[in-house]
Amino acid sequence: MSGVRVLVGTRKGAFVLTSDGKREKWEVSGPHFAGWELYHVKGSPVDPSRLYASQSSGWFGQQIQRSNDGGKTWEPVGNKFLYDGVPGTHQWYDGTAHPWEFKRVWHLEPSLTDADTVYAGIEDAALFISKDGAQNWEELSGLRKHGSGPKWQPGAGGMCLHTIILDPKNPSRIYIAISAAGAFRSDDAGQTWKPINRGLKSQYIPDPEAEVGHCVHHIAMHKSRPGVLFMQKHWDVMRSDNAGDLWAEVSGNLPTDFGFAIDVHAHEPETIYVVPIKSDSEHYPLDGKLRVYRSRSGGNEWEALTKGLPQSDCYVNVLRDAMSVDSLESCGVYFGTTGGQVYGSKDAGDSWTPIVRDLPAVLSVEVQTLA
Amino acid sequence: MIRVVLPAHLRTLASFHGEVELEVTVPVTVRSVLDALEERFPMLRGTIREHVTQQRRPFLRFFACGEDLSHESPDAPLPEAVVAGTEPLLIIGAIAGG
Repeated sequence: MSGVRVLVGTRKGAFVLTSDGKREKWEVSGPHFAGWELYHVKGSPVDPSRLYASQSSGWFGQQIQRSNDGGKTWEPVGNKFLYDGVPGTHQWYDGTAHPWEFKRVWHLEPSLTDADTVYAGIEDAALFISKDGAQNWEELSGLRKHGSGPKWQPGAGGMCLHTIILDPKNPSRIYIAISAAGAFRSDDAGQTWKPINRGLKSQYIPDPEAEVGHCVHHIAMHKSRPGVLFMQKHWDVMRSDNAGDLWAEVSGNLPTDFGFAIDVHAHEPETIYVVPIKSDSEHYPLDGKLRVYRSRSGGNEWEALTKGLPQSDCYVNVLRDAMSVDSLESCGVYFGTTGGQVYGSKDAGDSWTPIVRDLPAVLSVEVQTLA
Repeated sequence: MIRVVLPAHLRTLASFHGEVELEVTVPVTVRSVLDALEERFPMLRGTIREHVTQQRRPFLRFFACGEDLSHESPDAPLPEAVVAGTEPLLIIGAIAGG
């Protein structure tokens, strides 16, 4: 029978939420790695029992954990992320040169074709790859050594590489995004990169249309149309129909177009979801109402989805990696909040139910659809 | 045998309970103790000192015999009582954060 496994990373551990295909009753396991920050947990699309988790701590640094049984047991694997060569400097918040320093792994993206290959997006921004199940890591340094590297600057959360998207139709194509450098694309499996930020307009930087320097919060893609990308930028929801070569704003009638999370329906490539957040200094929903917005037209026309979500006195945030979808016949949508709730919808967002209410602040939500 | 007391989170990471006892070749120093510790528990590499620089992580400190050894040279000999195994080397996490 089909089922769903929701992998939740929080400020104080990881949780695994499991249900059958009805998605009515949920088993909750965790906290795994109690007391540690779990920035991201994600399963391999090749082998759903193979999971990777980024575990970190201000005291003890970075760990990578691997599971071969769907999260029942874990083993620590390689945690050595060494920049290729002398990493040099990037810009600090005040514009001064600041040395590149490893801080943590924000995002783990397992390969679409090999369970032992996994990519890691780190802070300070760089992309790493492991081909041996996360035991050993090698930087794909063509990204960091892109000529614009010394101009990159951290966003409020740090200079993190937080989004990695692998093209299912073109194994050589990879998209990544960095706060606050912008989006980049490689067409040679990560060896060389080009910025793909044309069309982005960011009023908060000296040149609003600069080649790099945009605070891209997250990018989503539907696997059937890998050349179409949807972006939640700091402000603005954007869309590209040409693999990022040019972006157009599709914020349309959103009540605010600031936000972090964005995702695409599993079966409808033009149906997308965002969670509008009031502003860059007020990281909570507008008017205290937690509303997911859905567009069935690839942007511009948005409808508020509120059924089952708190519509008063709600001041949580939904972070960039904290929304995901399942691929059951009726698409499930899930998101986690900094208030510790994980909400699920088994009807593509029409109605919502809290799966858990009182976890630590949720950093990431990933969903596996199990056969 | 050299005795080492680890913070609770590192004991969990290493799947080890209680004090660690290590054979350490002389001279017994912070560096040689940590080398032996990481040899026995490879998952602790990078958690107490940085991978490349081997610098102590900033939120950790080393104590023994009531003395703070955090700022001593990692190659300084440890107190006789630690070498003799009558006192442990304590690796302690800062009381910080929530």
